[in-house]
Parts: sequence; structure tokens; C-alpha cells
Amino acid sequence: MIEIHNLSKKYNGVSVLNLERISIPKGQAFGLVGNNGAGKTTLFSSLLDLIQPTTGYIKNGGYEVNKSEEWKTHTASFIDESFLIGYLTPEEYFYFIGDLRGQNKADVDALLAGFEDFFNDEIIGKRKYLRDLSKGNQKKVGIVATLIGTPDVIILDEPFANLDPTTQIRLKGIIKKLATDKNITVLVSSHDLQHVTEVCERIVVLEKGEQVKDIMTSPETLKELESYFSGEEVI
Amino acid sequence: MIKRFLNLEWKAFFRSASFKVNVFLKILMGLGALYFIFVFAGLGIGLYFGLEKSGYEPLVTLNKFLIYYFVADLIARYFFQKMPVVNIKPMLLMPFKKSKIVNFALGKTALSFFNIIHAFFFIPFSIILLTQGFSPLGVIGWHLGIMALIYMNNFINVFLNDETVFVVLFGAVFVILGGLQYYGYFDITTYTGAFFQGLYEMPWLAIIPILVVVGVAYYAFTYFLKRLYLDAGLSKKTKTATTENMEWLDRFGKGSTFLKNDLKLILRNKRSKTTVFLSVLFLFYGLLFFGDAIEVYSGPFWRMFAAVFVTGGFLFSFGQFVPSWDSAYYPLMMTQNIRYKEYLRSKWLLVVIATGISSILAIPYVYFGWEVLAAIFVGAIFNMGVNAHLVLLGGAYIKTPIDLTSGKKAFGDKSAFNIKTLLISMPKMLGPMALYAIGHFTLGPVSGFALVAIAGLAGFAFRDKVFNMIIKIYKKEKYKTLQAYKQNN
Repeated sequence: MIEIHNLSKKYNGVSVLNLERISIPKGQAFGLVGNNGAGKTTLFSSLLDLIQPTTGYIKNGGYEVNKSEEWKTHTASFIDESFLIGYLTPEEYFYFIGDLRGQNKADVDALLAGFEDFFNDEIIGKRKYLRDLSKGNQKKVGIVATLIGTPDVIILDEPFANLDPTTQIRLKGIIKKLATDKNITVLVSSHDLQHVTEVCERIVVLEKGEQVKDIMTSPETLKELESYFSGEEVI
Repeated sequence: MIKRFLNLEWKAFFRSASFKVNVFLKILMGLGALYFIFVFAGLGIGLYFGLEKSGYEPLVTLNKFLIYYFVADLIARYFFQKMPVVNIKPMLLMPFKKSKIVNFALGKTALSFFNIIHAFFFIPFSIILLTQGFSPLGVIGWHLGIMALIYMNNFINVFLNDETVFVVLFGAVFVILGGLQYYGYFDITTYTGAFFQGLYEMPWLAIIPILVVVGVAYYAFTYFLKRLYLDAGLSKKTKTATTENMEWLDRFGKGSTFLKNDLKLILRNKRSKTTVFLSVLFLFYGLLFFGDAIEVYSGPFWRMFAAVFVTGGFLFSFGQFVPSWDSAYYPLMMTQNIRYKEYLRSKWLLVVIATGISSILAIPYVYFGWEVLAAIFVGAIFNMGVNAHLVLLGGAYIKTPIDLTSGKKAFGDKSAFNIKTLLISMPKMLGPMALYAIGHFTLGPVSGFALVAIAGLAGFAFRDKVFNMIIKIYKKEKYKTLQAYKQNN
């Protein structure tokens, strides 16, 4: 579904991302971990054509992301608050996104009904604009909005950050469900090794822009990652 | 400490994403400033003798009209004087007193061009008074009093920035007073003139304005000091959300999604509301021209200039900043499946509708004759057909992010229409003026109007072409724009 070829990004001669080749098949739940500055957000941003790579290209569903805009029809993403429209209420925002993806109100309402637990009665019908919601609640809205219109590719940057424990657990459930769907490719980045090993089938570790590990998740994966990040790796 | 603050300001300017545009505009503004200095100094030197020659008593006459001078100053300040925007939040935890932050911000306003410019008028004028044998003590008292009042305006303006209503009320009161005076019903200047004259005759009276300015400055200081808390002046005000369905907009087809959003954008954000309010003010701008209030403006092609302005308020203050209005969520727009054309069409439609409404509201101008009304309608056609496109085209290059709420900064800069916008708007007014002048001076006014109208109608035909051009720019500039808008977040 997603092909990364010789992708590199340099800022003023300093390389922040340099990936030879990563191929993510359709339906995979793909996890991206790494310390700050490892290039996770840079990778996602270039995947969404928000920044221009220095070399190489990314194909999403067969389209090169910086040449065609076709990938936008099957891709949904939530990177940060700049994906929310502050002066809309959550409902209006969902309907707006729905409109853009060809979903009518009833479709959106049906989808939202499934997330009542997740929203914990703090989102819908509260007569508040998005800009007045707390960071965690904003995030919930952004994440759920990516599910509107059943996209083939869902990209979430740090979805677990800023969420309370209950919501983290519920979100894990949501992503796991997406992961089992063989039509949906999910890309998640996280600092939380436990969460990411629980929900992803495959985990790639980045360090300073380079890929240092590419693991198919197994019961030992968490241990392996923990020892890697604590710097006590024994091979 | 002041040095540190200045250093931060310096960096904010030079590291800004729209640095090049800023430098260019600063140069233009510098030239403009020179022009005004020249005009004010010229007035300061020439006014005395000019008035004397026409048989008026110079000081008394000036004092008579001084009240309008101050009102005009205050209104000009409201629109053009920028409030000092100091990035306050990160400063709050630093180990220095809050009063320093406030002092710096207020001190910066005191050094503003809008205060200094008056010196270029009053200093030469006062010197001439002295050479003409006026009592030195009286002149000094008068001069100090006037300067104090100018600084009072400066501090009043700091408060006014928050309260658009007051400015409107204030402006309206003085328009009415001016009218009453003009038609001889009531003359406020007999009272105010006496006061200003009193400053000269009893120099110790200057104490009063000086005390007042100290008081106002002190009040401004405490006002902002109190607001320097996260839950007071720096907080965002939470309002209960209203939801509108706006289903009636569905008739506009696929673009209605954006149209609905744009309307919400305008209605729910402070910054954009000011824009709408300003476009209403623009409607009255024509009075200056058509009412023969200012002689320089009575030339025939100035009529065209005014007409473009009267109907184009929204066009200039809103259209200019497409797509910056969406800067806060530009990444979202860039990753959604959005047809640029629909997006643009919605903004274009808004501008055209607003222009249409303005021209209907401008119908009362028929009082000044059919030619004025014709100019306004023709100007509206030109605005819709040509300027609506130009403005969107220009907007594609403006990469200043717009902080819609403007609530994050206690000294927020809320004016939607600033000198920058004015400069960029200029060419759009000169075009129709030139066209009209060509027609007017060859075949008469009717052909002048016809020429502008034809240009406007022809403009409609190029709409899709211009849209395609704009879309190309959007695509080409996409990464730069995203980068520049990030500065806001």
C-alpha cells in the first residue's frame, strides 16, 4: 500500500531522515517508534506531502504523493491540532470532514454512535467550540474524525499522548480493531513501547533519521525494544 | 533588561517567515512616514502665515479646530497604530517583575511614530508663535498641554483596541457634532476652543492635561498588570457555542461545504468580525469624496477611486487574506480531498456577495447626484469582475498566519486592516481610476463609466483562468506556506 524509496530529508545540510526502502503492505498495522528527533513526524509529514523530501519519493496506493493528489481520497490522518478547525463544534467538524469524504449526516451520526464510550460524554452536545476543549478531548475528536468514510490508510502521530488512562485503553481497543481489518492500513507512532507493541503487527525503530530495527511483533518484542532503548542491548 | 526585550523584538522581525515582504513593506512605510513628516512640518511652518494672510487670528483659529484634530488622531491611531505585541506568556515565569513587561510594552507605544509625527507640526508652529511676539510662557504652557493631550490619545488607544464599540460611538458623536456645527445649530468648538486658548492665556492650566495623562498612563499600567494572569487578560474567553445548520446554503452546490464553513469563520472569530465591521465603515468613506469635504478629491477620477473603496471594503480586508484565514488548520486542508477550485469559488462567492450588498447599501449616495451612484455601481462591477480575482491572486502570496481568536496576547493586535493591506490594495484602485480618466477626458463621463464597466464584465470571463493561476500558485507555494503558517502554532 505504501512504498518508501530512498527517502531523505536534509535541513541546511543536516540529515534528519534517510530511509532506503520501507514497504507497508495493505492491511498492516505499522508502528513507528524512536526518541525525539528520530524523524517520526518528518516521515509522516512527507507521507502526507506536507514537507518536500530532499531525495526519493513515497507512493501511497500507487500514487506518488507529491505528484498526484489521488491518495487524499483514501487516506486520513491526524498529526496535531492544526488538523482541527477551532471555531467549529465537534459535531460540525465531523460533518465537515464527512462532507469532504462524501458522507452525509446520517452516515457520520451512525459512525459517532459507536464511539459514545470513547467520548465519555465530554464531546457531543456540549455546545463548545473545538478551540475551547482540553487537549485530550481535542485529540479524541481528531482521531475519530480520521475514521469517517472508511479510509484505506489511517495515519496517527502520537495518538496516545495527552490522553487519560481510560481513554488510552479504549483507544488501544479501537486501533486493534482497525488492525484486524485486512483492508485498513494503520500507521501509528508512539513513545509508549507497551502500547505500540500491543496494537501493531510490525514495528520500525528510527534513530536520528535512520531505520535501526524492523520487527514483526512477537511476545518478545517489548523486551527487545526496552533493552534497545535503555542502551543495554545484547545480541 | 530593556535590551533583552529589544533583542527579542529584533529576532522576531528578522526570523519571521514573511521577512522579505516585511522589509519591502517597511521601506514603503518609511517613505510614507517621510511624506507625512514633510506634510506635517510644512503645515507647522506654513499654517501660521497662511491663516494670517486669509485674515484669521492664527492661534485662536487653530485652537478652535484642535478638538477635531485630536479626534481624527484618535481614530487614525485606532486603525493604524499597532499595539506592541510582546510574547508575554513565556515571560511570566522569568525572574523579573511583571511591571517591567508592562512598562516595556507601554513604553514602546510612547515612542510610536503616531506620537512623534505631531511634534513636526507643533514644534515649528510654537517656534513661529514665539518669533511673532506671543508670550513665551503662554506658548510653552500651550505646547506642553497639547503634547500631553497627544500622549493621552496614545494611552486611550491602548484601551480602545479592545472595544470597537467605543470607537464607533466616539466617531458617530463627532460626526454629529461636526454636522451640527456645519449647519450652525450647536458649536462645540466654542467650549473646547476656549479651553485650548486658555492653555495659552493661563499657562499654569497645562497642569491639568499633564495630570490627566499621568493618570491615564498609570491606569493603563495597572490595567495591564492586573491582566497578566493566565486566567485573566491572557485567557481565552469561552463562549457557549451556537450551532447553525445553514442548510439554505446547500443550493450553492458542492461548494456549499466551504461556504458554510467560511460563514462560521466570519461569525465566530473576533478578527474576522472586525473585518465585516470595517467594510461597513468603508461605506461611509465616500462622504469624504462626494461631499466635497476635501477639495483635492473633487477631481472626476477620484469619484472612481471612492466608488471602488465604498463597495470594496470586505473585498480588500477579507479577500486579501485568502488563504491565510485558514492558516490555523492549513495542514488539514492540504491532506483532505479538497478541490481547490471549490475552495476558491466559495471565497470568491463570499466576496462577490459582500460587494453586492455593499453596493445596495450605498444607494443613498444618489443624494449626491446620479453620477455618484453610477460610479458606485460601476465600481462594484469592477470589484466583482476584476478586483475579486486580483485580491485572491495577491492573497496567494501573503503568508502571514492569522490568529483568528487574537485572545492569546493581552496586547493583541486586532486590527484587520493595517497599513500593509492598504499598500497592497493601492494598485486595485488605480486601475479603474485610469480607465475612467481615459473615458472621461476623451468622450465624457458616460464613456468613462462604460469603460470601467466593460473592464469589469470582461473580468468575469477570465475567472476560471485566474482560478487556475491561483491554484498553480497554491500548489507551488504549498510547502513554503505550510512552513510560514506554522509560526502561529
